[in-house]
Amino acid sequence: MWQYEKKLQFPINIKTPNPKLASFIISQYGGPDGELAASMRYLSQRFAMKDNITKGLLTDIGTEELAHLEMVGTIVHQLTKNATTTQIENSPMAAYYIDHGRGVFPASASGVPFNAMTLASKSDPITNLVEDMAAEQKARTVYENILRVSDDPDVNSVIKYLRQREIVHFQRFGDAMLPDLNGKHSKKIIIFCVLFIF
Amino acid sequence: MNRNQLLKQIMEYDFVLYELQLYLDTHPNDMRALKMFKQVSDTVCSLRKEFESKFGPIIARNNESTTTWQWLESPWPWEN
Repeated sequence: MWQYEKKLQFPINIKTPNPKLASFIISQYGGPDGELAASMRYLSQRFAMKDNITKGLLTDIGTEELAHLEMVGTIVHQLTKNATTTQIENSPMAAYYIDHGRGVFPASASGVPFNAMTLASKSDPITNLVEDMAAEQKARTVYENILRVSDDPDVNSVIKYLRQREIVHFQRFGDAMLPDLNGKHSKKIIIFCVLFIF
Repeated sequence: MNRNQLLKQIMEYDFVLYELQLYLDTHPNDMRALKMFKQVSDTVCSLRKEFESKFGPIIARNNESTTTWQWLESPWPWEN
């Protein structure tokens, strides 16, 4: 079960409305490499895990991703709350505004609504964990794309924090997977995976 | 300490605690990390108690008042 904590994981206080930036950042809410996909991926994959390390890690990282989902939603909300209709109309957020107004809806930057096909959940722990490591790298890449197009320091401090978390999660998944491989698979597969990861 | 300062301090300690939690998930036999987890956990616990008695509950079940349902009081986390 879960219990809500009435606070963010990292403080967010955005002063300048920017619907254009909001229309990019929404991708980390409901896009292919976003936090909704991340949390659903890990929390669903838990059921396939055989050892307590991966059961615990997927539970805890999946939970943290829910906190990140809330952070990304907060960024979008604060960037659009005080934006004028004219500002929105003249930004890439115009089409989104017609469907959702200033509401927060899980979609990608290119306007595709959230799709569970962006994640995988199989009964094979290794398949899942390798996907998780790739997912963290993809999310890191998207946060870097956002940093390249954003010059608002209030937004960037939060995006940089989220980017760092992807790196830490990647490392934790790698740590969790290697002992599993040692126990259950041949040396050949271990070498292949090590080459793949590093 | 005002509300924002205390909340920021809780966020900082909570972050350390969560980072240690993930680390311990993959390194459960690291006694140094385990000891650090206990220390930070105790600090977080007392900071949260102080915050909740002054500014209202972080978790609904910690609503202390028997006359006011403080859980509903602003601000909510996404508001600035």
